[in-house]
Amino acid sequence: MRAFVVAVFAFLYLPIALVVLFSFNAGHHASEFTGFSVQWYGKALSNPFLVEALKNSLFIATTSALLAAFCGTAAALGLQRVGARTRALFDALLGAAIVVPGVVIGISTLVALVQLFAVVNPFLASLWPTDQPPRLSLGYGSIIAAHGLFSMALVTMIVGTRLASLDRNLVEASSDLYATPLTTFRSIVLPQIMPAVIAGFLLAFTFSFDDFIIAFFVAGAQTTLPIYVFASIRRGVTPEINAIATIVLCASVLLVLLAQWQLGRRKPSP
Amino acid sequence: MPAGSQPAFPMRRSLFRKNLVTALLLAPAALWLVVFLVLPFVAIAIFSVGERAPEGGYQAALTFAQYANLPARATAFWNTMVLAPVGALACLLVAYPVAYYLALRAPDRWRLILLALIVIPFWTSLLMRTYAWMYILGGRGIPALLAYVGIEDLRLINTPGAVLLGIVYGYLPLMILPIYVSLERLDRRLLEASADLGATPVSTFLGVTLRLSLPGVMTGFSLVMILLLGEYLIPTLLGGGKVFFIGNALVDLFLQSRNWPFGSAIAITLVLVSVVVLIVANRISTRLSGARRVDLI
Repeated sequence: MRAFVVAVFAFLYLPIALVVLFSFNAGHHASEFTGFSVQWYGKALSNPFLVEALKNSLFIATTSALLAAFCGTAAALGLQRVGARTRALFDALLGAAIVVPGVVIGISTLVALVQLFAVVNPFLASLWPTDQPPRLSLGYGSIIAAHGLFSMALVTMIVGTRLASLDRNLVEASSDLYATPLTTFRSIVLPQIMPAVIAGFLLAFTFSFDDFIIAFFVAGAQTTLPIYVFASIRRGVTPEINAIATIVLCASVLLVLLAQWQLGRRKPSP
Repeated sequence: MPAGSQPAFPMRRSLFRKNLVTALLLAPAALWLVVFLVLPFVAIAIFSVGERAPEGGYQAALTFAQYANLPARATAFWNTMVLAPVGALACLLVAYPVAYYLALRAPDRWRLILLALIVIPFWTSLLMRTYAWMYILGGRGIPALLAYVGIEDLRLINTPGAVLLGIVYGYLPLMILPIYVSLERLDRRLLEASADLGATPVSTFLGVTLRLSLPGVMTGFSLVMILLLGEYLIPTLLGGGKVFFIGNALVDLFLQSRNWPFGSAIAITLVLVSVVVLIVANRISTRLSGARRVDLI
């Protein structure tokens, strides 16, 4: 069985390793490694479209993850204070947000937003005093909102799990000692759930940064890094893509390891 | 506060404040869920009984013509409905021994590291990981290497086999994790008891281990299967134009041919199939033992 497990780990990591290796290939072709070079990284980073897509992705991932961490944590705290029925309703909706395939989330958000804009834009135009009223359209906002849906559900789940294992005695002791609810929250609850919040933020960031299919539908005229990479892959595989893939893979691995480390922290140091 | 007692005024005020805080905590999430999950779903449900406007897009109507038209995309449904369960099954066959080893056989100091090595691919870009296989299976990858040893004209990419490989590669971590969780919680004393009572290792495995890990197996299988039903990247990159899924049909209908009502009908059908898969899997695992939670990290 050990041999089989080793083979599976090799299966999981060899393809990635190959991409990383060939991103340093001096030559053009995957069939032969002709020497070490970082020229493809230089080419990738001097491509203005790619840098633009990277900046968009970073902005979208940061904003949606921040929103998700904030709203998701608030929801996890709120869900502790409600009855079983409300809780079940929320759990069902949050579960749906996680489980519904991205392609369905993408198209349904697209359909709903386009309809909404069709109603809101003429209304805004009629209210606006000047000739150039603001027009709502697909773009940053719609990607952030659609990514935030999954991410928020994820943060709620992770923080909720941590809250469930929180030591109730500490909270009670704190209020017995006449601490106000806010003080109890700040000095007892928040430090204990902070690692989960940070882990949730990092995973939300990773999800948004890596997502292709949802953004593909709701990006409008914007381009994110996965959309750009997808389009260039379809035009043909080039070593430049290996360099981008290596950068993205390294970033994801780093973020996931950070998240796991945060989740593994039982108690924050005083 | 006991029922029937008259609450003192300050208590009522603090109760009001408590409810207000709860509402404020839940409001952003509730708003988000309603605006970006419930409303969009209602929107595609309404679209799916509408008609296609002449210039594309949507025209209000109440007709089931879109649903009646579903056979027009029968190939996409057929490919998905065959490759999703087959892919999930292939994942399962590879995943189970790995999960078993991690939970019951791996040395303690290795377990967490190996587990992290399973979780990392799950959270790294599916696009990049699928691209890796495109690179390997493509004309300048393995086929070029095989040409050196005399095997010419071997086509690996753009075949159902390549799609299946991509599926196993992409979803293996998601299958391993829930099975690992159910095996790890397994009471080891049951295994000893089974052996003490004279059961052979095989019958202990079948009667105790496999049976008690079935909830994890069902969770993994249904999660992978549902995500596969909506898969787009793997068939597009590894199947070329030859193996297309429902996801491909949806991209075509929404972004290219702009037949939104028909696309909505397909999406609703997809969601309904997913719900059926979830319900069946849930039934099976609750019948076999209590439901288990799955942590994705």
